[in-house]
Amino acid sequence: MYEFEYHRPSSVAEAAELVSKADDGALMAGGQTLIPTLKQRLASPSDVVDLGAIAELKGIRVEGDAVVVGAGTPHAAVAGSAEVQGAIPALAALAEAIGDPQVRNKGTLGGSIANNDPAADYPAAVLGLGATVTTNQREIAADDFFTGMFETALTDGEIVTAVRFPKPQRAGYAKFPNPASRYAIVGVLVAETSGGVRVAVTGAGSCVFRASEMEQALAGSFSAEALDGISVPADDLNNDLHASAAYRAHLVSVMAKRAVAAAQ
Amino acid sequence: MTITVNMTVNGKDVSAEVEPRTLLVQLLRENLGLTGTHVGCDTSQCGACVVHVDGESVKSCTLLAAQCDGGQVTTIEGLADGDTLHPMQEAFREHHGLQCGFCTPGMVMSAIDLVNRNGAPSETEIREWLEGNICRCTGYHNIVKAIDAGAKSMGG
Ligand SMILES: Cc1cc2nc3c(=O)[nH]c(=O)nc-3n(C[C@H](O)[C@H](O)[C@H](O)COP(=O)(O)OP(=O)(O)OC[C@H]3O[C@@H](n4cnc5c(N)ncnc54)[C@H](O)[C@@H]3O)c2cc1C
Ligand code: FES
Ligand code: FES
Repeated sequence: MYEFEYHRPSSVAEAAELVSKADDGALMAGGQTLIPTLKQRLASPSDVVDLGAIAELKGIRVEGDAVVVGAGTPHAAVAGSAEVQGAIPALAALAEAIGDPQVRNKGTLGGSIANNDPAADYPAAVLGLGATVTTNQREIAADDFFTGMFETALTDGEIVTAVRFPKPQRAGYAKFPNPASRYAIVGVLVAETSGGVRVAVTGAGSCVFRASEMEQALAGSFSAEALDGISVPADDLNNDLHASAAYRAHLVSVMAKRAVAAAQ
Repeated sequence: MTITVNMTVNGKDVSAEVEPRTLLVQLLRENLGLTGTHVGCDTSQCGACVVHVDGESVKSCTLLAAQCDGGQVTTIEGLADGDTLHPMQEAFREHHGLQCGFCTPGMVMSAIDLVNRNGAPSETEIREWLEGNICRCTGYHNIVKAIDAGAKSMGG
């Protein structure tokens, strides 16, 4: 790890100011991606601004027809939350299947979506449930948030403060995990929402994406059979030592059917 | 440049001058001489470095010491009561839950976090909980037996 200066602000405003004043500042949530990146010297920020002591970023609350999760809420808290289990069980189950217990104790929702790893789980929930990302500057619809591999609509130093997940009629998530890391080789979230059926696929491509043909089929009949014969084209999918693009395309159909079957 | 971090480690107040990039595991092993916490992979995968911070199990190789400022840290050295092992340590001994012992401190710390959340875990729950703890020796079977027994003796 290269040297850096460390800051531990207690408010979002203070954090925003610290990161904007730094030569090359990095925000840190739980550090579960950032610290391994720093150790490998893949990043060398002049300053690390730790969001871990900011109380306003933590917590889960139900607001009308939505569950609002603070960006600094660890995965374990989402998985164990009675509010989330009651309102959106698929979201609690998704959080419970991230990595391992120690990663879930430190890793956060905000860190996961800001990082936008192509194999991360939360992007599928945010996109699939049609959530809204709140930052210290604005609100960003899920459809506009994830812009490419490790890329998001966030500008430099913009801080995710919370994500608002509208309660779906039903939703399910199924993933085929990498046996070592538990990241998704393919993960599919399906949701029947007030705005229609949404199908979000993570792990398969360079960035989470919606499978529109599957959405149309499920809008006709929300059943696993409705997906018979429908697959996503393999051309743009990831091809690596874990799975070929053709195998990933196959897994998308299988995981989508399982997600529909699990939906509640 | 160094910063001062203050924390409680195994019940004792500790203050240390460290570089901001110092990992919690470095502080524990190098500054405090608590070498029971091991570094197996240094890439956040193996769980040999698991300790408790504010009662929750975390990977001390993937945490800055500075992030734990003001926190309560418990390591494997903080479990026994004098010569009396913690029930989970005793269960690992009784059930041969270790061979070389390298993974054991992390296994024990992880297992105690499980039992604190779920006093009577099933075999499946124990195996799933161990996702982040890798053992090169035992094949896990006796570790699972040890945790099952440790959970029962921690409960009463
Ligand atoms: C062994 C291991 C296994 C894992 N398995 C999985 C898995 O199965 N599925 C999965 O989805 N993930 C997995 N992860 C990743 C994990 O879910 C982390 O939550 C994720 O890496 C983000 O970590 P963090 O919240 O600590 O963020 P950090 O590492 O602190 O930050 C990550 C990035 O997000 C930025 N950031 C953080 N918070 C904010 C914010 N509020 N606003 C703006 N930017 C912000 C940081 O600047 C940084 O660039 C795994 C990680 C490890 C180490
Ligand atoms: S040394 Fe920390 S997880 Fe392996
Ligand atoms: S006992 Fe040797 S690594 Fe587990």
